[in-house]
Amino acid sequence: MSSIEVQLQSRLGDFHLDVAFSAPANGVVALFGRSGSGKTSVLRAIAGLNKSVTGSVVIQGETWQNASTFIPTHKRPLGYVFQEASLFPHLSVRKNLEYGWQRIPASERRIKFDDVVELLGIVPLLQRATARLSGGERQRVGIARALLTSPKLLLMDEPLSALDHGAKQAILPYLESLHDQLNIPSLYVSHDPNEVAHLADHMILLEQGKVAAQGKASELLTRLDLPIAGYDDASSLLEGTVASHDYTYHLTWISMECGRVAVARQDLPEGRRARVEIRARDVSLSLHAHCDTSILNILPARVIDTHDINQTQTIVRLQLLDGQTLLSRITRRSAMALGIHEGMHLYAQVKSVALIS
Amino acid sequence: MSPFDWQPVWLTLKLASTTTLLLLIIGTPIAWWLARTRAWYKQPIAAVVALPLVLPPTVLGFYLLIMLGPNGPIGQFTEAIGLGTLPFTFEGLVLASVIYSMPFVVQPLQNTFETLGSRPMEVAATLRASPLDRFMSVVVPLARPGFLTAAVLCFAHTIGEFGVVLMIGGSIPGETKVLSVAIYDHVETLEYDQAHWLAGGMLVFSFLVLMVLYFVNGRLTRSHQP
Repeated sequence: MSSIEVQLQSRLGDFHLDVAFSAPANGVVALFGRSGSGKTSVLRAIAGLNKSVTGSVVIQGETWQNASTFIPTHKRPLGYVFQEASLFPHLSVRKNLEYGWQRIPASERRIKFDDVVELLGIVPLLQRATARLSGGERQRVGIARALLTSPKLLLMDEPLSALDHGAKQAILPYLESLHDQLNIPSLYVSHDPNEVAHLADHMILLEQGKVAAQGKASELLTRLDLPIAGYDDASSLLEGTVASHDYTYHLTWISMECGRVAVARQDLPEGRRARVEIRARDVSLSLHAHCDTSILNILPARVIDTHDINQTQTIVRLQLLDGQTLLSRITRRSAMALGIHEGMHLYAQVKSVALIS
Repeated sequence: MSPFDWQPVWLTLKLASTTTLLLLIIGTPIAWWLARTRAWYKQPIAAVVALPLVLPPTVLGFYLLIMLGPNGPIGQFTEAIGLGTLPFTFEGLVLASVIYSMPFVVQPLQNTFETLGSRPMEVAATLRASPLDRFMSVVVPLARPGFLTAAVLCFAHTIGEFGVVLMIGGSIPGETKVLSVAIYDHVETLEYDQAHWLAGGMLVFSFLVLMVLYFVNGRLTRSHQP
């Protein structure tokens, strides 16, 4: 019963939206696509903000919309984070946070005011006027305000896209901890594979108003028949466990059945599950396992398939010994020189690995 | 010199405040609708609301007189329900003023609502606020400069009314003889002293009202900017 079932159609000028997907109602589900693919329209329709969209929306067994029902937005137990924080300018930060919180019955306040304020680091901002906040601070307040309605589903419309790189990197850990600590299922609209890799478990890929693919984020991000692998920051996600810490050189080793990789040392208990992100452009290929290289992370792999992204570069999809997928982006010239073909065994050299959770 | 006659002053203030209050109640939903709707008949309705801006007051007063009179449709209706006819009564003046000052309330409010856009209402809806709750807790405070402008313009414009009043109200002391009509009467009977007091007072009053409006609006607008 715990699921998100959505099926929507609309016709606006020559843009046809026709999507159907179901996703697990736990963790973060990414609605991914380029601008104009209809992802914001889908999110708005789920929130009931776009009444011209027909279809059905069933969230955790509750029907929000179908042919005969349309529950108005204010009666849907959702939280919505807009692209620009859209804080109320006439209210202080605290009053903004209390706006939704006061409008739900006290018995439904599963999420504590103090917890959210602490979690998102906005205690020092509470008394401020909203005009005196930075972009990142505004967005954190926007997220906290949505969470304080104790939603059954949190809808986030590219909450980071209006922020610069620094602010984005600063806010990502907050979003990750939300996911770990509050356990509110979320739908997260994004066009950034990096964000998806950080946050999402499940992913729905939209193209021109249609669902092009859906499934586990780590699988979709590396499929060569989808456009994502060709993006400049295409990356793969690998799962492993924290194996050991190297205090001399400040490294933490993450072990997987297919080998181990090193990340900058993190204060994590050994044996904890870990998810790492590896960018395709940081993976080079070699026919032999070199030991005279500066690269620490060398994983044996088998070529699944290759795909030319442009006239210069090609992307190689590799299967590691434990079945996980890794992408490597190399030049077409190198691919030719190494004679890369399907089923070939070789070694992936990973220059940099980022631990994301 | 006869003692100063305050009656037209009080009557005018009473008329202006009643009209302003009524128009804020009637004009707000009209302005809200005009700002939101995409219906094809939005433009004709907007044009009807704006008519008093361009029509000579005498034209408006003439038609009102016909409509409200004993042979007019509205007059027959008010007589049938036992209210009598409205021309040459205070109530008739209020009705005429409401129509005459309508654009001065609807247009600033409509502009303000359009500038606000739909986002604040959407945000409030996702935070569980019902439509009326959203309007009171978000739109009204954010549109405060617009409401203030509308109220002041309506009040001042009603005080300055003359042509319509003359057509439909005449000059009955205590009932329909408002300031502007009183000044006219004084001038006609060559009581220039009285006319001076009233006209000068009105000039000063109008100036003060507008000045306060600009000051307050300037401050409200600034306080909402980052």
